[in-house]
Amino acid sequence: MSLTLNEELQLLKESADGFFAEKSPVSDLRDLRDREDEVGYRADLWQDMAEMGFVGILLPEEAGGADFGYVGAGLVAEAMGRQLTASPFLAHSVVAASLLKALGDEDRLGALAAGDELYTVAIDEGPRFDLAGTKMTATQAGGGYTLSGLKTFVPDGHVADHILVVARTSGTAGETDGLSVFQVDKGAKGLIADRTIMADSRNWAKLSFNATPATLVGTLDGAYSAVERATDLANTVIAAELLGIAEECLTRTTDYLKERQQFGVTIGTFQALQHRASHLFCEIALTRSAVLKALQTADEGGPVGWFAALAKARAIKSAELATNEAIQMHGGIGMTDEYDIGFYIKRARPLAHLYGDYNVQADRFAALSGY
Amino acid sequence: MSLDEFRAEVRDWLEVNCPASMRTPMASFDEACWGGRHFEFASDDQRLWLERAGEKGYTVPTWPKEYGGGGLSKDEAKILAEEMKRINARPPLVSFGIWMLGPALLKFGSHEQKLEHIPKIARGDIRWCQGYSEPGAGSDLASLRTKAEDKGDHWLVNGQKVWTSYADKSDWIFCLVRTEPDAPKHEGISFLLFDMESAGVSTKPIKLISGYSPFCETFFDDVTVPKGQLVGERGKGWTIAKYLLTHERKMIGDIGAPTPLSQLAREKLGTEGGQLEDAMLRSEIARHEIDAAAFMFTVQRATDEAKAGASLGAFSSALKYVGTELNKDRHEKLLKIHGSEAFEWEGQFSRDGAVAKDWLRTKANSIEGGTSEVQLNIISKRILELPDR
Repeated sequence: MSLTLNEELQLLKESADGFFAEKSPVSDLRDLRDREDEVGYRADLWQDMAEMGFVGILLPEEAGGADFGYVGAGLVAEAMGRQLTASPFLAHSVVAASLLKALGDEDRLGALAAGDELYTVAIDEGPRFDLAGTKMTATQAGGGYTLSGLKTFVPDGHVADHILVVARTSGTAGETDGLSVFQVDKGAKGLIADRTIMADSRNWAKLSFNATPATLVGTLDGAYSAVERATDLANTVIAAELLGIAEECLTRTTDYLKERQQFGVTIGTFQALQHRASHLFCEIALTRSAVLKALQTADEGGPVGWFAALAKARAIKSAELATNEAIQMHGGIGMTDEYDIGFYIKRARPLAHLYGDYNVQADRFAALSGY
Repeated sequence: MSLDEFRAEVRDWLEVNCPASMRTPMASFDEACWGGRHFEFASDDQRLWLERAGEKGYTVPTWPKEYGGGGLSKDEAKILAEEMKRINARPPLVSFGIWMLGPALLKFGSHEQKLEHIPKIARGDIRWCQGYSEPGAGSDLASLRTKAEDKGDHWLVNGQKVWTSYADKSDWIFCLVRTEPDAPKHEGISFLLFDMESAGVSTKPIKLISGYSPFCETFFDDVTVPKGQLVGERGKGWTIAKYLLTHERKMIGDIGAPTPLSQLAREKLGTEGGQLEDAMLRSEIARHEIDAAAFMFTVQRATDEAKAGASLGAFSSALKYVGTELNKDRHEKLLKIHGSEAFEWEGQFSRDGAVAKDWLRTKANSIEGGTSEVQLNIISKRILELPDR
């Protein structure tokens, strides 16, 4: 398959880039932060995104989705990465949609595509992604289940109407067997959702469950591979968002190098800075190829783990370099809150951490390569 | 003829014409057929394979038939490449004529020059070398001083080249010379072709840190060159030089997918529970292999974009920079995999120090064909459009 965008996807890219540049510039995120907005995203933007088909981008047309696949979702995420758009897109449209599809659940796809009620997924229980290490247990009660325990680092966890929770129904922490997925609804008995304000000023939450009623989604005990597939797929889209962040940092930095004067000349004439910028360009070019390859592989429907680990690892590395270099080459002004470049580094790191940081991806890449 | 029919025809032709011993992988380009007046064929099969492929134009599949090429479309050439790969066929001929001079001549040469030189490149009759760098003109190539004086009916060439690959084994040279001494440095250069057997040409191999001597110093002492052997316009040789360097960069950057380091490490060090036992080395290899895989996909993406009509342009500098730096890193990792055995320089066990010598050879990757720093300058200027002053 050609590692390029076809005409349809090229048009989607142009429309997504234009949409987010116009409707949600970085100043929106600053505004949400400064107003201490409790919802943490703009509802009118989410509505517009639904009308554009972005909310149901991964879902089939029969369910009301736009069916642009992972390459399409990646283009939207990349555009959002450039503008640091605060939105439930990742949690709802990517992670929840991927998980429900992987579980073979078709009942909820229509609601997902509409986006009127928000879905998210709760996996982490400690500071590191460790799916097999899931400890939270579900207890059978009457005809259903109850959950007790703590989930953390849940994207949009405090605003979601429905939370898909990974919990243990048999076995012990460390085993891949014995995991199941449950749906818990907002306001359920014993559920406390605490928004966690983090460096990126975006929506994360800690959720505590105390004998909270929950509905089983999919089959009992065998959810590990579905959740793993969903996080792999999510990682290809996260990689695209990180790519957008890295690209934007390079663009803003080269623009600055062309305008800032010191020693009576434009600092972009200095070879020391030119070489750093050129090296960064090459790093990002490599990442772009790995990300597109992973998104295409995701759309082909076969095993995606190796490609997702590769793309996410590359994207994390590039975004780390780009955000660090952007601040260094902007100099003192890059350290000020007033200037937007600092928002990029504060988003890149937590996002990289979601579903496994560089080391997690590199380890998986090696394991799947057979060493 | 449909592409399917073409595939069937190619398959039959290869079956009949590609000798069995030419259907085995080469350990390196040293085992390849380089052609030329003095080439010593390793076997009759190697000679036969060159003759047959050369006759058909399959040494240069996409070049025009009238100049001895295969006249194939891009799609047909792709099928030929696939069919050759399927039976592990070696390339019948590798040469600087194919990689570098040919494309430049096809673009800038006169009809007569193409008729004279292209068929001999295609058949492997003449082996070419490239006369670019000089002792005082490395990264700053345009400051070259080898001069060609206009003597009415001929050029008189005097000067010295250095880092001339395989000059001692080559028959002809394509050479950058200064024909307009008073013009600005980029505008006084011309592109000249001449026979290395001309009176006044001499070569001296340079022994490298690797022990190999692929490069020479090349001296020109009152060499007479006929007027018709200047390619393109007089004083416009820099344009051709840049075009050709782009081809060279693409070639050096595009070394292809080598054996994964992880496979070599598994064979050499063994695994425990499916993982390399040395956790630190495993991590280093994974980091390298992630970048190498991303590079491979980037070469593929650049190729696909070119097929879709986009120009590769200065992106070849990015491929050259990343590809060569990665190859150097790969050989550093190979040392770690082989341990102290990596440093053996002589003897059968180490195949006369293949690991050590190949490692040292890679240090030139980021110097030849424009240093990494020159590539970064080009990216800065032509892609990022950062200012000169």
